Amino acid sequence: MNAKRVGADFLVFARGYVRNPVGLFFSLIFPIILIGLFGLIFSVTGATATTVYTENLDHHSAASVAFLSALNQTGAVKIVVVTPVTNEPFNTWLGDQSYTVGLIIPAGFQSSFTNHTPVNVTIYTDPGDAQSGGTLLGAVNGVASEFNLKSAGGTPIIGATDVLLGSQVYKYIDFLVPGLIGFSILTSPMFAMVEISSTYRKDHLFRQLSLTPLTKGEWLLAKILWYVVLTFISAAIMITVGIVAFGAHVGFTAGIVPFLILGPFFFVSLGMLAGSVSKTPESAAVLGNIITFPMMFLSGTFFPVSGFPTGLQQVAHVLPLYYVIDGMNQVMLFHNTSRALFDAGIVGVGGAIIFIAAIVAFKWRDE
Amino acid sequence: MPNAIVVHGLTKRYDTLAAVDGIDFTVPEGKVFAFLGPNGAGKTTTVEILEGLRNRTTGDVTVLGFDPWTDGMPLHKVIGVIPQDFRFFEKITPKEAVEYYATLFDVKVDPMRLLERVALADKAHAHFDTLSGGQKQKLGLALALVSSPKICFLDEPTTGLDPQARRGIWDVIRDLRREGRTVFLTTHYLEEAELLADQVAIIHKGKIIAEGTPAEIIRDHGRPERLVVEGPPSLGEFLKKRLDRPVTVEDGHITIQMRDKSDALTVLRAIEESGIPWKGFATVSDTLEDVFVGMVGRMDDGIMRSEAAP
Ligand SMILES: Nc1ncnc2c1ncn2[C@@H]1O[C@H](COP(=O)(O)OP(=O)(O)O)[C@@H](O)[C@H]1O
Ligand SMILES: [Mg+2]
Repeated sequence: MNAKRVGADFLVFARGYVRNPVGLFFSLIFPIILIGLFGLIFSVTGATATTVYTENLDHHSAASVAFLSALNQTGAVKIVVVTPVTNEPFNTWLGDQSYTVGLIIPAGFQSSFTNHTPVNVTIYTDPGDAQSGGTLLGAVNGVASEFNLKSAGGTPIIGATDVLLGSQVYKYIDFLVPGLIGFSILTSPMFAMVEISSTYRKDHLFRQLSLTPLTKGEWLLAKILWYVVLTFISAAIMITVGIVAFGAHVGFTAGIVPFLILGPFFFVSLGMLAGSVSKTPESAAVLGNIITFPMMFLSGTFFPVSGFPTGLQQVAHVLPLYYVIDGMNQVMLFHNTSRALFDAGIVGVGGAIIFIAAIVAFKWRDE
Repeated sequence: MPNAIVVHGLTKRYDTLAAVDGIDFTVPEGKVFAFLGPNGAGKTTTVEILEGLRNRTTGDVTVLGFDPWTDGMPLHKVIGVIPQDFRFFEKITPKEAVEYYATLFDVKVDPMRLLERVALADKAHAHFDTLSGGQKQKLGLALALVSSPKICFLDEPTTGLDPQARRGIWDVIRDLRREGRTVFLTTHYLEEAELLADQVAIIHKGKIIAEGTPAEIIRDHGRPERLVVEGPPSLGEFLKKRLDRPVTVEDGHITIQMRDKSDALTVLRAIEESGIPWKGFATVSDTLEDVFVGMVGRMDDGIMRSEAAP
């Protein structure tokens, strides 16, 4: 291995890549499209709070405000206080606005509360949206019982303690960010190397390079370095978009660096191996797809593997990309260093084996 | 003079086809050796075996003391190669390509001077995929020269180029010879071999059918010199009887095959004796092309005499 030769070949390859505007545009825009698309699709169906339009007829008394903020804190509903409607009944107004739930805090709410006289808040629900109605009813009942208990000076007997797994509650987007970084670590080197192995053969570029002191290992290493650079760039883009656009709880932790290096190391080598053992460009493309597609869906790219049926989980555990994505989950979300080290070890050792196999399999020259 | 290349009993089979069928030749150091033959004769196969790019089926091959197939690494530091139909990375510029090669070979070269040498300096910053065929070939030549090789292998370097580009490549080949480098050139252009080569081997269907300097090949394989006279058929009849030499008559031209140069006098005297009026005469000798056509026939895509002859 000669670092100067690797550097020279890296430079030539990188320039060629950057000078192809279509390819470059695609490799920078694709991560944004990916995370934008999946982030949008899945954050919409996620557990969002039901918006409840509310008239507070108690003139924003302390008790009524406390009651509404307690409702907000359940996380199940989001209270939006509107100026009391005077020209028509509240339920007609709700209907006009196509709102399916509403709430009225009556005048005298606070005095009833302090005087221990019963008072009713009014809940408007629409049978056509039973889910929102049920959510509102549950939240109001829960908060009301708590207020009743407090007003009676009692202490709750049965409570619930939230025990969160890890440091926080994870949203779908939190898994999506490492998943999609893994997706591009897999797909862009695999497709590119399968393609390169056949076009270089067709254009006799390997033969040309065999006439220089450059070795196959140096050549492959230069390709790996370039895809490491691309991976860093696209990971940074995806993390930024995930945080800024979707509020993902992931950060730029140094812990993902080994995966951003070992991942491309593994898949550049694997792509070259697949391209080299194939006789024709067509069979190379088929083999590349056979390897790539199952891994693309079953390694925790779009959904966490922990949510898979047991059988599929076992399949995932033999896929190298699983360890890349799992490792990134461990460092970005769970802060489980030892598990991440284990994952990195698997990817690194596997990558070394595939790297050597690729060098042995691909031929500079014909027989 | 030591030999740069020694080939003995070389064969190369592709399945049942013997693309190279038991050839022997040597190339002395510092000479231009032209491997001349029509398409499919086995030129590329032979040259790639010499370069270590293809393995041979049988035979002994030594290039600068190396076995090309097993000693590729050291061999490639001392030879320069321009493959037939040279191609390179699409988006690289000639200047960058030379710098790339200089780093790979760990040598210091001035890229612009090298590009000037092959008359490509004006395209130093153009992307490879925008270069013309001749310009690409010139870059191939420049890259082959980066490491100051002892032997340059050029596989049909001028095929498909316009006359001007072809002359440019010829100039570089002459420079290489002047610098004392050995040049192994394959071509299917006769005048290229005739103009540039110290030694020529004619290969046909995997076999060498003639070898030597152009003059030697013509002497050994060409027809003897002829004397051609313009005159009536009766003169031809007279000479046929009078001279003990082959005489042909065609379109008012009488061709008499001579034994040697001094034979011309005998023939002319016989013509005078006939008393039949005759016009201008000339002596005619074979060119390499005549020899080739005589030996293997002219092929559709075979040996060509291009319009580029100066
Ligand atoms: N890789 C190969 N596989 C099978 N046949 C080949 C191969 N390369 C060349 N040939 C055949 O060998 C013969 C000689 O080819 P080649 O050496 O390329 O000739 P030239 O360079 O003189 O045109 C041709 O008939 C060609 O079809
Ligand atoms: Mg050829």
